[in-house]
Amino acid sequence: MSYKNVIQTIHKKFPEAIVNECENKGQREISLAKNRFYETMRVLQENTDLPYDLLIDILGIDYTPRTPRFDLVYILLSTKDFSRLIVRLKAEEGEEIPSVSSIWHSADWAEREVYDLMGIPFSDHPDLKRILTWKNFEGHPLRKDFPLEGKDFDKPFDPETIEDYT
Amino acid sequence: MGIENYLQGENYMVTSLTKLVNWSRSNSVWPCTFGLACCALEMIASTLSNFDISRFGSEVFRPSPRQADLLIVSGTLTKKMSVMVKRVYDQMADPKWVIAMGACSSCGGVFQSYAVVQGVDQIIPVDVYIPGCPPRPEAVLAGLMKIQEKIRTEKLDQRPDFTG
Amino acid sequence: MAESKKMYLNMGPHHPATHGVLRIELELDGETIVNATPRIGYLHRGIEKLAENRNYQQIIPLTDRLDYASASANNMGYCVTVENLMGTEVPKRAQYLRVIMAELARIMGHHLWIGTHALDIGAMSVVFYAFRDREMIMDINEEIAGYRLTPTFFRIGGVAHDATPKFIQMVRDFVKWFPKGLDGYHKLLTENKIWTTRTMDIGTISAEEAVNYGFTGPSLRGSGVAYDLRKAFPYSSYDDFDFQIPVGDKGDVYDRYLVRMEEFSQSLKIIDQAIENLPEGPVNVDNPWISNPDLDEVQKDISALIRRFMIHVKGPVAPEAEVYQAVEGAKGELGFYLVGDGSEHPYRLKIRSPCFYLASALPRLMVGHMVADAIAIIGSIDVVLGEIDR
Ligand code: SF4
Repeated sequence: MSYKNVIQTIHKKFPEAIVNECENKGQREISLAKNRFYETMRVLQENTDLPYDLLIDILGIDYTPRTPRFDLVYILLSTKDFSRLIVRLKAEEGEEIPSVSSIWHSADWAEREVYDLMGIPFSDHPDLKRILTWKNFEGHPLRKDFPLEGKDFDKPFDPETIEDYT
Repeated sequence: MGIENYLQGENYMVTSLTKLVNWSRSNSVWPCTFGLACCALEMIASTLSNFDISRFGSEVFRPSPRQADLLIVSGTLTKKMSVMVKRVYDQMADPKWVIAMGACSSCGGVFQSYAVVQGVDQIIPVDVYIPGCPPRPEAVLAGLMKIQEKIRTEKLDQRPDFTG
Repeated sequence: MAESKKMYLNMGPHHPATHGVLRIELELDGETIVNATPRIGYLHRGIEKLAENRNYQQIIPLTDRLDYASASANNMGYCVTVENLMGTEVPKRAQYLRVIMAELARIMGHHLWIGTHALDIGAMSVVFYAFRDREMIMDINEEIAGYRLTPTFFRIGGVAHDATPKFIQMVRDFVKWFPKGLDGYHKLLTENKIWTTRTMDIGTISAEEAVNYGFTGPSLRGSGVAYDLRKAFPYSSYDDFDFQIPVGDKGDVYDRYLVRMEEFSQSLKIIDQAIENLPEGPVNVDNPWISNPDLDEVQKDISALIRRFMIHVKGPVAPEAEVYQAVEGAKGELGFYLVGDGSEHPYRLKIRSPCFYLASALPRLMVGHMVADAIAIIGSIDVVLGEIDR
């Protein structure tokens, strides 16, 4: 089984990288530790057994009041046999996560989105700024403490207050 | 052919200038090519094969707001976009009219959230609201006819753009 | 030699050829694009946040408004995900009806694509033919669901109601008629000299790079990777049907065009098989916690009325679990990551939108080409802003 090989390679290289390995509704899932995260992701993409070459998506889940507060979920796909792998990483509030945009190009915008909506910063990202909301938007809408309608919902709206990137 | 068969020699017609101007304005309302979201697709559908908006004199969609008379705000107006919509409206030359097409642009629709302006009338004046999510092309045409009706009853010196 | 200076051109968000409110900042050297920066978010409506405050049934209309050019395909993705989370098996007839609706939606999305793509490049007439055929599908939607563009025909655990005989007849008529319409598009474009000159060797991307940029769907298949979720992870009985996955080889605008043109006929093939082999049986799961009672029953029986009311205001409850499920939308892999917390609202719903990643590759596709090609490239990856911004 080539998936087993990949996991073994990681185990050999970075013995403490994989915290947990399980199967959830028929989907392979691994949890990674923070310290060797970037290198492990590199191995996942570059190995020859089963390269996970397509980064499908990145998302953050806010689990307040738990600490660490966030779960980061990376969904990977291998175009070799079309199998998925879900990679999970726990993140504290305000803690910088190494960016994987140098491994998969698709992570560039995905990380910006996570940063914008969830407020998880990434280190070494080429251009980390808001993507869906605007420049002077306050707060991160998908956090659980953000009100659905925003802060000034009951006041008349003035387009002059919106400042955008140019 | 048509009426010209019955017309011989010089012909005169007596009418008021207001009527003549309003008649010509109402039958050549040129909309701005401006789509925001799902409603834009129904707006496009109303211009194409089956519904053919040119029967009402409005087939000339102008990409440049400076050549347009009518702004059909078709879709969800987000806060980020509101700046541009205001700018497009300001760029349009008078006389100009606005249709708020669909639930979203009328009142925010299903999107009562942090990013959506709850109705385009918060930023620009609206003449006709079309309900629906999305409204049918027939409803767009009905909205257009309402605009025409409105134009025909306007007094030139009472228009907001009248400077005297 | 004259000194050359960079010019900056802002394209959008109000631009007729950006298919909505996409904004691209172009940096030009003469007519050549040296840099492009797409800016998105002008249609960010907060659907993911809204979903956390709605119950599971109420989210279905929101998903219609993601990729509004092919609404039923999004319903499919969402409903399949929720059913996966709840462990519900949908009856065969409902699955087939869903397939018919989703494939019709895919054809609808491609109609919009071919119409606007050709219009942008300068072939005016195609859009009229495309919308003529699109109206036929709109009529079918209207017949079965009452709405043209956003039918919301799917429900958790099945579909809204059974197909009418008129619906079946209309689908059959469409299947019979559409090959002729498709032939017309081919005649107008495929060997048209202007079309091929404008599209061949424009916006070329290799398979490896396309994968790295997160391409899926027809745009990835245009580069030669045969990744189609209907085959790779079959859902909703797609393995019952016989169809091929068209792939290109070069990955330029023309290849992507050919792939989508072939998808028209493959979708038609699926619809044909589904409508001819439509199984008998119920169209909703037999689970009183999930599916609505019939209207007939509601009018006669008070407990059915109460149940219908409860299902509408409260809706089904999902267990505490997480699931990622994706379907092949009209633009590519449309995924939903759903976290349930034991209540009637999702704890988190993440929508993986194919267009988001396609749009992120625009700089890579555009740089080095002429300004006029920018429009051909945007058209060829077929972005819908409702889905990019969510
Ligand atoms: S009113 Fe409905 S169809 Fe129109 S833009 Fe809003 S959500 Fe879309």
